[in-house]
Amino acid sequence: MINDQYYRRRFVISGIAVAVVLVYVIRLFYLQVIDQSTKDQADNNALVKQTIYPSRGLIYDRNGELLVFNQPIYEITMTMRDMGKDWDTTGFCRCLQITREEFDERIAEIKDKRKNRGYSKYTPQVFIGQLKKEDIATLQESLVFYPGIQIQKRTLRDYTYKAAAHVLGSVGEVNLNDIDRDNYYTRGDYSGRDGLERTYEKQLRGEKGVEVLMRDSKGRMQGSYQNGEMDRTAVAGTDLYTTLDIQLQLLAEELLAGKIGSAVAIEPKTGEILALASNPGWNPKVLVGKERSKNYGILLNDKTKPLLNRATQATYSPGSTFKTIQSLVCLEQGAITPNTLYPCSGPGSTPIKCTHHHGSPVALDRAIEQSCNPYFWCAFRDLLQKDGYGKDNENFRHRYELWREAVMQFGLGQKFTDTDLGEQSSGSIPSTKYYDRAYGKIGWKAITIRSLSIGQGEVLVTPLQLANQVATIANGGYYISPHLNKNDSMLAHVHQLDIDKKHFEVVQNGMQRVMIYGTGRHFAIDSLHMAGKTGTVQNPHGRDHAIFIGFAPADNPQIAVAVVVENAGFGATWAAPIASMMMEQYLTGEVKRKDLKHRIASSVLNESVKKW
Amino acid sequence: MRASRSGNILQNVDWITIGLFLALTFFGWLNIYGASYTFDQTSIFDFANRAGKQFTWIMGSLVMGGILLMIDYKTYDVLAYIAYGLMILLLLATPFLAHDIKGSLSWISLGPVNLQPAEFAKCIVALAVAKYMGRYDYKIRTWRDLIVPFVLIGVPALIIMVLQKETGSALVFAAFLLVFYRQGMSGYVLWIGVAAVALFIISIRWGGLALPLGSGNVGILTCMLILTVIEIFFICKEHRMRWQALILTGSVALIYGICLIVNIWFTVPFDWVSMGIVVALVFYNIFVSIYWRKYLLLLVAAFTLFGVGYTHACDFVFNKVLQPHQRIRIEVLLGMKEDPAGAGYNVNQARIAVGSGRFFGKGYLKGTQTKLQFVPEQDTDFIFCTVGEEWGFVGSLGVLIVYLFFILRLIEIAERQRNVTTQIYAYAVASIFLFHLTINVGMVLGLLPVIGIPLPFFSYGGSSLWGFTLLLFILLRLDAARMEQLR
Repeated sequence: MINDQYYRRRFVISGIAVAVVLVYVIRLFYLQVIDQSTKDQADNNALVKQTIYPSRGLIYDRNGELLVFNQPIYEITMTMRDMGKDWDTTGFCRCLQITREEFDERIAEIKDKRKNRGYSKYTPQVFIGQLKKEDIATLQESLVFYPGIQIQKRTLRDYTYKAAAHVLGSVGEVNLNDIDRDNYYTRGDYSGRDGLERTYEKQLRGEKGVEVLMRDSKGRMQGSYQNGEMDRTAVAGTDLYTTLDIQLQLLAEELLAGKIGSAVAIEPKTGEILALASNPGWNPKVLVGKERSKNYGILLNDKTKPLLNRATQATYSPGSTFKTIQSLVCLEQGAITPNTLYPCSGPGSTPIKCTHHHGSPVALDRAIEQSCNPYFWCAFRDLLQKDGYGKDNENFRHRYELWREAVMQFGLGQKFTDTDLGEQSSGSIPSTKYYDRAYGKIGWKAITIRSLSIGQGEVLVTPLQLANQVATIANGGYYISPHLNKNDSMLAHVHQLDIDKKHFEVVQNGMQRVMIYGTGRHFAIDSLHMAGKTGTVQNPHGRDHAIFIGFAPADNPQIAVAVVVENAGFGATWAAPIASMMMEQYLTGEVKRKDLKHRIASSVLNESVKKW
Repeated sequence: MRASRSGNILQNVDWITIGLFLALTFFGWLNIYGASYTFDQTSIFDFANRAGKQFTWIMGSLVMGGILLMIDYKTYDVLAYIAYGLMILLLLATPFLAHDIKGSLSWISLGPVNLQPAEFAKCIVALAVAKYMGRYDYKIRTWRDLIVPFVLIGVPALIIMVLQKETGSALVFAAFLLVFYRQGMSGYVLWIGVAAVALFIISIRWGGLALPLGSGNVGILTCMLILTVIEIFFICKEHRMRWQALILTGSVALIYGICLIVNIWFTVPFDWVSMGIVVALVFYNIFVSIYWRKYLLLLVAAFTLFGVGYTHACDFVFNKVLQPHQRIRIEVLLGMKEDPAGAGYNVNQARIAVGSGRFFGKGYLKGTQTKLQFVPEQDTDFIFCTVGEEWGFVGSLGVLIVYLFFILRLIEIAERQRNVTTQIYAYAVASIFLFHLTINVGMVLGLLPVIGIPLPFFSYGGSSLWGFTLLLFILLRLDAARMEQLR
């Protein structure tokens, strides 16, 4: 245009157009390049990740008998976002036979971010879990009327036998700590809480799978995303073969009924645990599913402490069973020879008197046979005083240290670390420091710690350690850490003791004599060549604990057993028959002494022990 | 003679614009297919789906474009007023013929298809305005010269807004402000528009936020401070006296300082104080403008006084005049409310869809957000979401740049006219496209409130496509005739 005074305004208008586009390009750059949040939001919108739960590995005993398997259960999940305004709550409640109040309460719980940190209205949340097939049947039929509701199939544990609850452990819902520690888990997942289920959690759980589905804006599923490229199939858990002999385990638990105590059986050559019974216990089926938390509470509050695995966690003074170790250490460290004689009575026998009647003086084999207290006191004293006391008890203390080290070789005073047993106590073989604290550095002498000589006082062991100790004796000087997984890799954990094999023969001989002439003779079966040692342990909680350790057959040990019955009285009376029957069961496949079995199994020594 | 003229058309028509038009329409069609694509999708040509229907509309629009180019260019000028009158009648009749579609009464059923007369109104209004303002004796000298043009755009806008309840289509007529500006309307009108929007937003957004000191709210105080600055700026600009600016600024600062000190003992109503300062400045302004006979300054004074009242009226307008759904759209946009399931749903989903496309996009037909229908109206008003999600930043940038070229090309065409009527019409066309682009994309990107107007050539719909075709091809016809009009 000629003489157009507003000609320049074209640039203003063009400038506005350029500015608008520029602003939008910057905004696009922000949304599509800088801001990272939209990608996840889009995936949350459109993609539903459906977890496919693998079936948990089964658990078998050493003979391939099925112990633990899976039963299907169902859980109902809801995705809040997909539940429209006119969602039929009443009908839903009727399907599940719950009240409106229960429904509202549960919804509030799900939405509470403090209780349910992972809450999102875009992802399925567990509404009710652990339902039986019949519980969900009605809902299953009318599922189409309840958008946002899904029925998810899960599995629960089930058990063939009401046995070995402590060993097998249980499976329960993961807590927040587990989720923080291992990002494999999400809320509502299950994991092994204790026992083997916990130790072998990674092996048993398998690998969750995921199916990525697309969902449209109305919550309708539209098939798999990218033709299933992002899906991952679930990998089933690996089965676990244990070292347990379920028949032996059942027998041990049967015999312990009505008593507080435990029994451990080990195959000496391999360290495989054949039975690990602790009573009181529970029926593993009660810690499964909906009843779990209720029953767990009952078990937790029971004053007989059924949840405690006494076989590995309770500690006792070993009493006379400790004399086997005393013999070996005294022989090895040169305090005695097999022919050393000590008088059973007279001035030498003070301060510890003999509780049995036998000839005097005795040699080692008979001392073991008769469980002669003065003999072992004298031997222990002579061991500790071998070099005299020395300056500041230097020599004595050194001898004590050597003794302690030798004793601890048997696996006492410490936990087994190279094994798969979860819950263990370490027990205690007191150190010089311990006595220094109690009596002062030069304030204690052999006489001060005389109870150690007969396994009383400060020495504490677990039944598992006792069983391992007797397995070591049966093996003549080595042990393989006791374990539960029948997997050859476990056999590598060999512990060779620094004690001459010939000394073991002496002790083995003594233990055989116990079963022929001594305290265990009433329960011996000649053909099985049993060897053993009883123990009757004084304790501050009432009657003596009855303890027995043994192995059989003596010439080729197949089984080593330790039995502890709390507050039962003589070891010979209560612990020895249980151990003897367990050896019989394992070696012959049955218990022929039906009367004895019935008498022991039906004897109730503690009224509070509950049977599950 | 006739043959040579049609040969001239093919030679003289602006092929660049036609190329850009075809590119945008074709790409839009692909995206409609993408937006309405589902798993059991049939062919892109199937009339049962929207892409298939759109194909029909596109074919129709090409035929229509061809016919429009054939018609004698003088026809458009001759028929402008008659068409305008008929169109007003049609717009008035529409609400009575229409059936309610989502609360809007703007659609007329013609057999199987629905037509929206408002889409065609833009073109006819542009022709009428161009004809009126293109008269040889017309020139914008005073505001009186703008009365008729404002009536020409205001009447259809009011009918569409009030009777048809289509706020978006009515707002499009605001685009004519740019045309008037180009023809000589004072630039201050645009600034007043910008200032009005700014004051509205500020007073709404921070109107509820109490001041940390004294009484009053942040919104009003900020607005008053802006008006104070405007007053001081204009007074001193007209008088070219810097010392006066310093004195005025200093005095204002001093008053506020004293208020702050007094506030230690008494609660100072800062909104009243700030308003008092503005009013005092206005009176000073009136005094100096009469004294120095700078009457233009009175306009500034009037504007400021109006601004004071307007700021206080915003709250009223916002809460009492606006419809609840309009209010909540603005509140969501200003970040005052978060409502991802309700009013904010569209905006939030659009943002997610566009954002999730990232740099290169998810690929054609692979957008999960659009394919699974998370974005409402995704093949009409929110079609840009599909572009953003499936073609990413690269594709969106490409579309915006093509649009920018298209609009700049229209401005170029406008500027090369010798006929004022054609120039005005060309600017109207350019402004309408710019307005649609700005509002639509701004809405999708969450920068502007949700106002339902289509993205030209992209949004699904026969009426809008044909309306824009009409707009564009009449311009191309008039442009092709520019050589014949040696007036």
